[in-house]
Amino acid sequence: MSSTTSVPDGPGSTELTGLAASELAAKIAAGEVSAVEVTRAHLDRIEAIEPAVHAFLHVDREAALDAARRADEQRANGTPASPLAGVPLALKDVLTTTDMPTTCGSRMLEGWTPPYDSTVAARLRDAGVVILGKTNMDEFAMGSSTENSAFGPTRNPWDTDRIPGGSGGGSSAALAAFEAPLAIGTDTGGSIRQPAAVTGTVGVKPTYGGVSRYGLVAFSSSLDQAGPCGRTVLDAAMLHEVIAGHDVMDSTSVAAPVPKVTAAAREGAGGDLRGVRVGVVREFGGEGYQQGVRDSFRTAVDTLTSLGAEVVEVSCPHFEYALGAYYLIAPSECSSNLARFDAMRYGLRVGDDGTRSTEEVMSLTREQGFGPEVKRRIMLGTYALSSGYYDAYYGQAQKVRTLITRDFDAAFGQVDVLVSPTTPTTAFRIGERVDDPMAMYRADLCTIPSNLAGNASMSVPSGLSTEDGMPVGLQIMAPAMADDRLYRVGAAYEAARDAASEVPLLDRVPRLEVA
Amino acid sequence: MTAVAEIMDYDEVLRRFDPVLGLEVHVELSTATKMFCGCANEFGAEPNTRVCPVCLGMPGALPVVNGSAVESAIRIGLALDCQVAEWCRFARKNYFYPDMPKNFQTSQYDEPIVFDGGLDVVLDDGETFRVGIERAHMEEDTGKSSHVGGASGRIHGAEHSLLDYNRAGVPLIEIVTKPITGAGERAPEIARAYVTALRDLLRSMGVSDVRMDQGSLRCDANVSLTPKGESGFGTRTETKNVNSFRSIERAVRFEMRRQASLLQNGSEIVQETRHFDESTGETSSGRRKEEAEDYRYFPEPDLVPIAPSREWVEQLRGTLPEMPWERRRRVQEQWGLSDEELRDLVNASALDLVAATVDAGASPSEARSWWVAYLSQRANERGVELAELSVTPGQVARVIELVGEGKLTHKLARQVIDGVLEDRGEPDEVIAADGIEVVSDDSSLQAAVDEALAAQPDAAEKIRGGKVQAAGAIVGAVMKATQGQADAKRVRELVLAACGQQ
Repeated sequence: MSSTTSVPDGPGSTELTGLAASELAAKIAAGEVSAVEVTRAHLDRIEAIEPAVHAFLHVDREAALDAARRADEQRANGTPASPLAGVPLALKDVLTTTDMPTTCGSRMLEGWTPPYDSTVAARLRDAGVVILGKTNMDEFAMGSSTENSAFGPTRNPWDTDRIPGGSGGGSSAALAAFEAPLAIGTDTGGSIRQPAAVTGTVGVKPTYGGVSRYGLVAFSSSLDQAGPCGRTVLDAAMLHEVIAGHDVMDSTSVAAPVPKVTAAAREGAGGDLRGVRVGVVREFGGEGYQQGVRDSFRTAVDTLTSLGAEVVEVSCPHFEYALGAYYLIAPSECSSNLARFDAMRYGLRVGDDGTRSTEEVMSLTREQGFGPEVKRRIMLGTYALSSGYYDAYYGQAQKVRTLITRDFDAAFGQVDVLVSPTTPTTAFRIGERVDDPMAMYRADLCTIPSNLAGNASMSVPSGLSTEDGMPVGLQIMAPAMADDRLYRVGAAYEAARDAASEVPLLDRVPRLEVA
Repeated sequence: MTAVAEIMDYDEVLRRFDPVLGLEVHVELSTATKMFCGCANEFGAEPNTRVCPVCLGMPGALPVVNGSAVESAIRIGLALDCQVAEWCRFARKNYFYPDMPKNFQTSQYDEPIVFDGGLDVVLDDGETFRVGIERAHMEEDTGKSSHVGGASGRIHGAEHSLLDYNRAGVPLIEIVTKPITGAGERAPEIARAYVTALRDLLRSMGVSDVRMDQGSLRCDANVSLTPKGESGFGTRTETKNVNSFRSIERAVRFEMRRQASLLQNGSEIVQETRHFDESTGETSSGRRKEEAEDYRYFPEPDLVPIAPSREWVEQLRGTLPEMPWERRRRVQEQWGLSDEELRDLVNASALDLVAATVDAGASPSEARSWWVAYLSQRANERGVELAELSVTPGQVARVIELVGEGKLTHKLARQVIDGVLEDRGEPDEVIAADGIEVVSDDSSLQAAVDEALAAQPDAAEKIRGGKVQAAGAIVGAVMKATQGQADAKRVRELVLAACGQQ
């Protein structure tokens, strides 16, 4: 067992839960431990600490152990399904699964078990990855704190009074709480990266089209992207290679070879970034950013320089309009995508007592089935697409989107990757921003441009903020289909930071007290 | 506005107004699979058995464009003399309706796949009228609702509704005309002739079943009136539920009269959807457009743009079959038809049937005479389309062959065809069953001839004197006596011989 990532006396209830996915995979492959043992350890851990974290909406102990047994059999037969065979994973509850409900954190889909597997779930199963359960999220992936889940908030393992980020707070918290070594998130405006940043974990939004969206319940189709989450850059890379690649069921998936991200992560871990040009986005990280975030970012840039990277400042002048454009495009698409929840075919049905018309049942169901944030965005989007307003709102937002893509193109003409803080602040307290949507929306200020442009982006842990002791993330952005650059730079930075602080960041996560 | 009596006389309408038409035709393509998924595109299956997560709009499911449907759309565009877009997208048309699984229809909005063409329509008198084509675009069909418990089968008053999603996602092409102006009194006829011509064209291309009765061809008729001497268009109505070619003509005619009556009374036309009632021939108010329909179109983000290469378009142009108008010209030349004969043939919807009969060995003139004359009359009597008669071109060709061989007289041939129409089997089976036989045996005919000559001595005398045309009366008498079973040609020969003329 590697001493650098194990938590012999740390938060894990057993040693197995403290290991990285890459280490677990190696041990399972070598026959040192069975997938069933690994899975059971994580299930036990989940059972013990879920009351304090609430990362999961659904855990299927038996299905997970069955999958683990299959992985063990395949290994015994000499036909392991993939390098990650037998390793457990937490799946965001926005991806369809035939053996577990898929609720998207909404009353609307409470208890709905889809008739088909998402491509991501199917690829995970094919790779022998053990799906432990489905993780909590902001309803239909709309939010930055997981407080918008209809089934109660998830808590940040670093401080259970704080949010774990959102919308994928269940996945990030499951990783930080050592409930799972791997997780899947989806990122429309930052829902993988922002939770990763505020929980001290790694989260990657691959290039748009890099991972199939088939079975990803759509929030905003042109922005949604599923991606890998882990506690280490290498783990995320290995998971990335399992889920990525062209899918005929998704017309927007890219028909090109998957970038060699695992090789890039291994190369990066060597700590040599000579010849890599890194651009610091001038527009991000100044006024309005928490001091500890700014300090962490400066240190990160110094670290990259010390690893041999050539660091320059780059201006992306239209990034300041990204948030505004996003809050027109995403709600517009969401207003259409969520129209299908009408009580007719699946999910919630309210008021069907034989006296009401179809229209009345539809509207009662939507009234009671959707939470306030979802309704807010449906209304925003409906308005933005309306006749007479379309050009001024949706049309203008698409123009901004083009300008942001051009900013990226110009920047990537000068540098290989861009860096910025992932979020303006560390995890805020539960309840702090629920009545202030604009403050909530600002959590995705730095992550949104990559969704609008469709390029690849990662958040990697960048130490703790001095004033509150909470994790901070470094965002790395690369051109479309150059996801490997994220892993090379991310792994180099991770190795240097772990070396400087002597232990991985997550080893400092407090032991969770369970009543 | 209920009683027909209140509404304006058609001639009066035309004295005061110019009609403007716009026709929207929806065509279900006969591709093997649906527009965006792999489900079978089949009519008439058990409800909800041709469905999958994609066409049911399940959360997370994504569409993938059916390449054959795009191909058909481009070919239809080429046949309609349209431009093919270099680049176009699908768009979402957002509105709530239970038989539409996603509550938006994946369609095309301002970027149709083909646009700006025209179709030459031959009218009943043989004149040609060119109908401009604005555009044709691709979209998916909706499912079907059936409303149970109400009197009318419509949603109002129903106790509950049943939904069948088999049709949801079936590929549709919507073909939209430019405003049809200058049609005057012929507007209703042009509307019918246009849809008929379009049906013939699409059928010859093999892209659709084009069955109005099954809904694979559907027409919405937009009608407005402009007062004589004024320019611009009046408020239009859109009449749906027009299920036959004849109904299109009737619906347009009724709408012209109804609107004219309203305008004449100083009332306003309400922009609305109207339903055509086959039994009364009237339209009634449906959904009002004003309160609805901001469809909030935007480009479909789940699909990538379509950019047909010019090479592909030209390749598809090469696959177009002979167009109906080209075929008509060729047939006219080959069969030596006058313009009038061709028109009769086309108006009787008999061209395909005659051609098939000719292919089965009959002469064009015999085949044409059977279908355009005798069988058209039979079809009219039964109130069915010519093609719906239960006689095949092969059977007609066989009967013509038997006549040519002298084994049937024309009268007997009609008896045989009637037997076939009564589903009594093949012509030869009818002949055998009924013992139909031409009497050409001279000994049995001779007696009848002698008898007839004896009964009409005057005529006999004339023939003997060289007036051979007088033989007709004797032949007629013999035919009557043999109940038509005699070979008239042979009878004539015997009559002439008996009178020393041969």
